Amino acid sequence: MKRELPLLITAVIGLFMLLSFYVPHHIVSVPADYLQQCAVIVVAFGYVLGGANALTVNLSAIARRQPDWPYKVVLVATLVFTVAIGLKEGRHWQDERTISMFLYNQVYSSMQGTMFALLAFFIASAAFRAFRVRTLEAGLLAAAALIVMLGRVPIGDQMTAWLPAPLRLGAVQDWIMNVPQNAAKRAILMGAALGVMATGLRVILGIERSYLGGGD
Amino acid sequence: MNLDWLEKLDRRWLFLIVGVLTMGPLLKPIGVPLGSSKPVQQFKAAIDALPEHSIVLMSCDYDPGGKPEMVPPTRTAFRQLMEKHCRVVITCLWTGGSGLVDETIESTANELRAKGMDVVYGRDYVDLGYKAGYEAVMVLMGKGIANAFPQDQRANRTASLPLMRDVRDYSSFALLVNISAGYPGTKEWVQQVNSRFHLPMVSACTAVSAPEFYPYLQSGQLKGLLGGMAGAAEYEKLRGEKGAATRGMDAQSFSHVFIALCIVMGNVVQWTKRKVPR
Amino acid sequence: MSLSHDFGVWVAALLTLFVFSFLYKDNPLYKLAEHLFVGVSAGYYIVLNFWTVVVPNLYDPLVRAFTGHDPVTHEVVANAGGPFAGSVGDYRAWLLFPGLLGVLLFTRLAPRVDWMSRWSLAVIIGVYAGLKTTGFAQGDLVAQAQASLQPLWGHDLWTSVNAILFTVGLLTSLLFFFYSREHKGTLGILARTGIVFLMVSFGAGYGYTVMSRLSLLIGRFQFLLEDWLGMK
Repeated sequence: MKRELPLLITAVIGLFMLLSFYVPHHIVSVPADYLQQCAVIVVAFGYVLGGANALTVNLSAIARRQPDWPYKVVLVATLVFTVAIGLKEGRHWQDERTISMFLYNQVYSSMQGTMFALLAFFIASAAFRAFRVRTLEAGLLAAAALIVMLGRVPIGDQMTAWLPAPLRLGAVQDWIMNVPQNAAKRAILMGAALGVMATGLRVILGIERSYLGGGD
Repeated sequence: MNLDWLEKLDRRWLFLIVGVLTMGPLLKPIGVPLGSSKPVQQFKAAIDALPEHSIVLMSCDYDPGGKPEMVPPTRTAFRQLMEKHCRVVITCLWTGGSGLVDETIESTANELRAKGMDVVYGRDYVDLGYKAGYEAVMVLMGKGIANAFPQDQRANRTASLPLMRDVRDYSSFALLVNISAGYPGTKEWVQQVNSRFHLPMVSACTAVSAPEFYPYLQSGQLKGLLGGMAGAAEYEKLRGEKGAATRGMDAQSFSHVFIALCIVMGNVVQWTKRKVPR
Repeated sequence: MSLSHDFGVWVAALLTLFVFSFLYKDNPLYKLAEHLFVGVSAGYYIVLNFWTVVVPNLYDPLVRAFTGHDPVTHEVVANAGGPFAGSVGDYRAWLLFPGLLGVLLFTRLAPRVDWMSRWSLAVIIGVYAGLKTTGFAQGDLVAQAQASLQPLWGHDLWTSVNAILFTVGLLTSLLFFFYSREHKGTLGILARTGIVFLMVSFGAGYGYTVMSRLSLLIGRFQFLLEDWLGMK
C-alpha cells in the first residue's frame, strides 16, 4: 500500500480536477475548490521543508568538517537568525522598519539582483567563445539574433536611419517577431501542450510513477 | 591576419569592456531617441480603454532578480491606473517578491500623494501580498479572492478593507495587468484564468519570456505585451515619463552592439584559423 | 557625487561588490556573500510561508472553527453548524486534513518513514496534473489552433504574404516534431523548412535573452551609481 495508495490518491484527485474544468455544479466545484486550498497549504509546508532540509544538510556538512565548512556555519547562523527574527516579529514582520525587512531589502534583494547581473558578463564571454556559425542553420540563428538584438534597442534604428522605414532594423525585427518567430513559437507551444497533456494523463492514470521515488 | 591573440584573450577583459560600456552611458547619458512598438501601444491602450473607477487585478509575479525589468512597468502601470481613478488589487505569486512589490507600489503611491493625488490604501488599492500554490491559487481566486487571501500584506483581514467589499471573484475585475518574470506568470494566467474565467489581460514580462508570448498576443489572449526593459522604456515614453527603464536604454544599446561584435569577431577568428594552412 | 548616509544602502552596496568580485576570481568575500545569501533566503522563505499561508489559511480558520473566536481580535465568530459545517471558502475543521498532509511532508527527512510523505506528494501531483492538463489543452492547444485559422487572402498583398508565410511556418514547424516517420522525401523537405523557422525563432529568443541579462546588470549599476554614490 506504500505505492498503491498514493497512486490511487493521485488518480482520484487528478480526475476530479479535470472534471472541475467542465462541470460547474457544486458537487464537483466545491470539493475541487477545497483540494486547491489543500494544495496551497501543502506547497507552503513544502517551502518550510526546503528550508529545514537546507539546515540539516549544512549541519551535517559542518559536523563532518567538509571543505568550506566555516562558510556553512555562516549559512546556518543566518538561516536560524532570519527565522528567529521573523517569527518573533509576528504578523507585522513585513512592516517598514523591521529587522526582517532590512535583511530582505539589503541582503536578500541586493544579492539576488547581483547574482543574476553576473550573467550579463558570462553571456558576453559565451558570445565570443562559443557562438560558432558552422552550418546554414546556425547562420540563420546568428542572423536572426543579430537583427533582433540590434533592432530592439534605439541604436538599431539610428544605425539604419539611412534606409527606407520598412527596411530599418526596428521594422525588420518587428516582422521577424510577428511572422516567422511567432509561427515557430506557436508550433512549439502546441507541441508542448500535447506533451503536457499526455504526461498529465499518464501521471493521473498511474503510468508515470517517478514522483514516488525509489524504494518500496 | 593573425588573430590568435583574440582567441587567447582572457575573458576578464571582455567583462571589463561590458562593465565600461554599461556604466559609461549611465554616467553620461546620450539620449538615443526611443520609438514605440505596437504591442506596447496595445498595452497602454488596453488600460486607457478601461472605464473610470474600474477594479483591476495587478499580479506582480517577480522577485528582486528581475527588478530592473519589472519595477519600471509596475510603477508606470500603477500610475496610469491611479490617474484613471481605477481601483487596484495587487497580488504576488513569487516567493521572495512580495516585499519588493509592496515597496514599489507604496513608493509610487507616495509620489502620487506628493503631487496632490488622493490615493488611500484600502480604498483605492490593496496589496494582498504573497500566496504559495502557483496555478492552484489562480483557480482558487476564481471562487473568491478573499478565500485565497484571507489577509493582506499588512496582516489586515481582507474582508475588512473597503475596496474588497466590491470584489468577489474574477468577475469583479475589468482587466488583469500581469507583471511577470517567469513561472508562475503570464503563461499560467493565460491558461488558468483567461481561458477559464475569460478575464482580459495584458502582460509586462522579462525579455527572456517575451518571444514565447507573441502567439498569445496574436490570438487575442493577451491584449498588450511589454517585453523587458526596452518595452518598459517605450511605455514610459508613451506616458511622457522618464523612469529607470528610459535611463538604462543608452547602456542597453551600447552593450548590445558590443555583444553583436563579440559574435562576429568570434566567428572571424574561427574562420581565419581555418584558412591558415597547416 | 554625494555618498549615501543610509547604513542599509552601504550594506547592500558592499555585498553587491563582494558578489561582483567573482568576476576576477573566486575568493573568500564572494563565498561569504554567497553563503549569507543562501542562509537569509532559506530563512526568509520559511518565515514568509509561515506567516502568509500556514497562519492565515490554516491556523486562523482552525482556531475560529474550534474556539468560536477570532485569533487576532478575539471577537466571537458565527460558527453555525459546528467545526465541520464548512462551505465554499470556509472549510473550518476540514483544514485538519491539509495540515496533516503538510506535517507528513517532513517525514522525508527521516528515511525509515519517508514513504508517508508520498501521500502529501500524491495530493499535490493530482491537483497540478489536473490543472495543467486542462490549462494547456484550453490555453495552448485549442485557443492557439483557433487563432491559426486566419484568412490567407482578401487583404492587401503584404498581409496575405505574411499570413501564408505564417501558416507555412506553423505547419512545417509542427511537422518537424512528427517523429513517427523518418524525415525523408516530402516530409523531409517540409521538416527542413520547419527548421528554418525554428532557427529564426531560437535566434530571436537568444537576442531577447541577451537583452534581459544586460538589463539586470544595468539595474545593479543604477543602484551603485544612483543610490550608493549619489551620481544621478
